[in-house]
This record gives sequence, structure tokens and C-alpha cells, in this order.
Amino acid sequence: MVTAEQVWDALEEIPDPEIPVISLVELGVIRSVDVRGGHVCVELTPTFLGCPALEAMKRALEQTVSALGGEPEVRVIQDDSWSTDRITPAGREKLRAAGFAPPAPREASAPTLVQLRSKAHRCPYCGSTETRLENIFGPTPCRSLRYCESCRQPFEQFKTI
Amino acid sequence: MNERLLGLADDELVIGWRDSEWTGIAPLLEEDVAFSSIAQNEIGHARAVYQLLSDDPDALAFDRTPEEYRCAPLVELRLLDWAHTIARRWLYEVADEIRVAALMDDGDPAVAGLAAKINREEAYHRMHAELWRERLAGAPQFEAAVEKLWPYALGVLPAEQRGALAARVARSEVDPVERGTHTAELAELWDEMTMVRRSAPSGAQW
Repeated sequence: MVTAEQVWDALEEIPDPEIPVISLVELGVIRSVDVRGGHVCVELTPTFLGCPALEAMKRALEQTVSALGGEPEVRVIQDDSWSTDRITPAGREKLRAAGFAPPAPREASAPTLVQLRSKAHRCPYCGSTETRLENIFGPTPCRSLRYCESCRQPFEQFKTI
Repeated sequence: MNERLLGLADDELVIGWRDSEWTGIAPLLEEDVAFSSIAQNEIGHARAVYQLLSDDPDALAFDRTPEEYRCAPLVELRLLDWAHTIARRWLYEVADEIRVAALMDDGDPAVAGLAAKINREEAYHRMHAELWRERLAGAPQFEAAVEKLWPYALGVLPAEQRGALAARVARSEVDPVERGTHTAELAELWDEMTMVRRSAPSGAQW
């Protein structure tokens, strides 16, 4: 009989479909794993509601649970319980090493332009905070584009959610 | 069926569709990227709300006749120039923030939770619209576009929330273009939007 621990270990191996350097567990989108007999219920919280990778994540979870001999049920939780704060420290470091600036911590209210334009955002290549906002949107809804004035590199900034 | 939520979902679906029309032809490459992402988010919000309202969200999204949609006329308009497009995005986002904030206090935790999630994402749409409003403020085309779309923007919200919108955009209330009436542009949009669904009723495989 499959155990919750085995399921978590297996889920650690599933890469994010769009940023494969980080796993779904590191991304913090797996809210819970509940094993009852052979039935395995996994709660998945989307990063963005319109994320096109959501279906791919769901399928990967189902396949992984099935491969362990469990009967999968993936529930997509549509509330505010996922935040970029849930990305694990290891996940943040992997993002940074791959050239994605990890998200700033979430605040009680939604982010504002003042924060986005502030010098608080660090370049993932050289560590400088002399960076400027180039575009609020990037290759996927979860990323913005910034430019580092110090090492003169454009980079992608994970949005705070 | 909760009419207010259905109206919200229909607004998000239709404005998402309109936003997506700039993919590939926006005046700046950055805007091509921004409008594509915004469209994806808006349609994602529509999907999430349809899922709250129905076990068959696709049927709710695509199997109604144009007259049965509850979207506001503001989102239906086919706007072919940048000033009008930005004026609509800005007015729509301010209105949307007001109604989503109200839903965050809803007694149903599923509605309140989803509204909180939507609000976090919409923050980036609001910032995008605000940056453009700063750039275009005072330009005659933009001011004329805001003037023209203002009665439509009021129609996005129920009467009790319109005062807040007027205060936020520093305009006085006028007779709104109410939800429940439709523009001729909706039928055209519907025809294109539901084409795949109608040609493959049992579901298309990609």
C-alpha cells in the first residue's frame, strides 16, 4: 500500500512544466496529500488561475500517483492559499541560479507600482539592486522583465503573488 | 444562478477575448506580451468563476446564445485604436477592483477565497493600466476615448458601487450603458469565440 511519504517523495521529482529547474513541491503548489487505502487525494493550488501549465501539472500528478499503484484524485483549489512565499528556500535558490530573480515577500495588500519601481529587486546574476522595471509582463503571466544597470543584463523577475 | 458572478465571469471572458486580439499586432512588442498575458489571466478568472457556478464550465462559457450572456457592453466593444483600448483597460480595471473587493467579503468562503486570488493577480493589470494612463493622460485621443467609454464603464457595476468608481476616476456619474443590453459587436465576437466548440461539440483534442 502506498504511503503519503512515498507520494511526497515522488512528487519531488515532477518538474514545473514551464520552469523545469524547480519541482512542483519546491514551487509550493502541492497543498496536501491525503492517502486513504489506495485512494490518493492531492490538493493543487494554481500559481495563476489562467496558467496554461495547470492541466499539464494535473496530468503529471495523476500519472505519478498511478505509477505508485495509487488511485489518483487531483483537486484544484481556487483560493488565495498559494503565494510566492510558499516557494521553498531550495526552490528560490534554483530559480536564482537559472536567471530568474525570486519573488519579493508578499505583503498584506496587493503589490503596487511604487514597489515594482523601487530598488528592492536584486539582479540574479550580479546581486545588484540597481535594477529597473522594463515590462510588468514577460514570457508567462508569473514573470516580469527587469534590467540590471550594474551588469547590464535583462532578467526575469518572478512576480509576487 | 448567481447573476452577479455570472456577469463577472462573462465580463472576464469577453474582455480576455478582446485583449487577445492585440496578440501579434500591438504597437510595441512589450504590449504584445502584456496583452497576451492579461488575456490569459482574464480568461483564467472566467474559467474559475464558471467552475464555481457549474459542473460543466465549458457549456456555460460557450453553449449560450449571445443574448444569454450577462457581460457589460463595455467589454463587447471592438476597439481598434490604442487610445480606446487603454481607456477601456484602465476604466475596466478600476471598476473590477471595486466589485472584486466587495466579493472578498462575501459570506460564501469559496467566493471570497476566489475573489482574493483574483485580486492578487489583477493588481498587475491595474499597474499596467495605470502606467499607460500616466503616459497618455492629457493626450486628446485618450481623453476623448475616456469620455466616450465612461457611461459604459459605469454599467460594469451595480448602482451602489458606481459612486466609488466615479470618485476613483474623478468624473461625475452620467446615465450608464446598462448590463443586459448588448451591442452588435457581441454577436460577431461570439461567432468567432464559439466556433471550435460548435464545430466539435463532443470536445476537441489538441
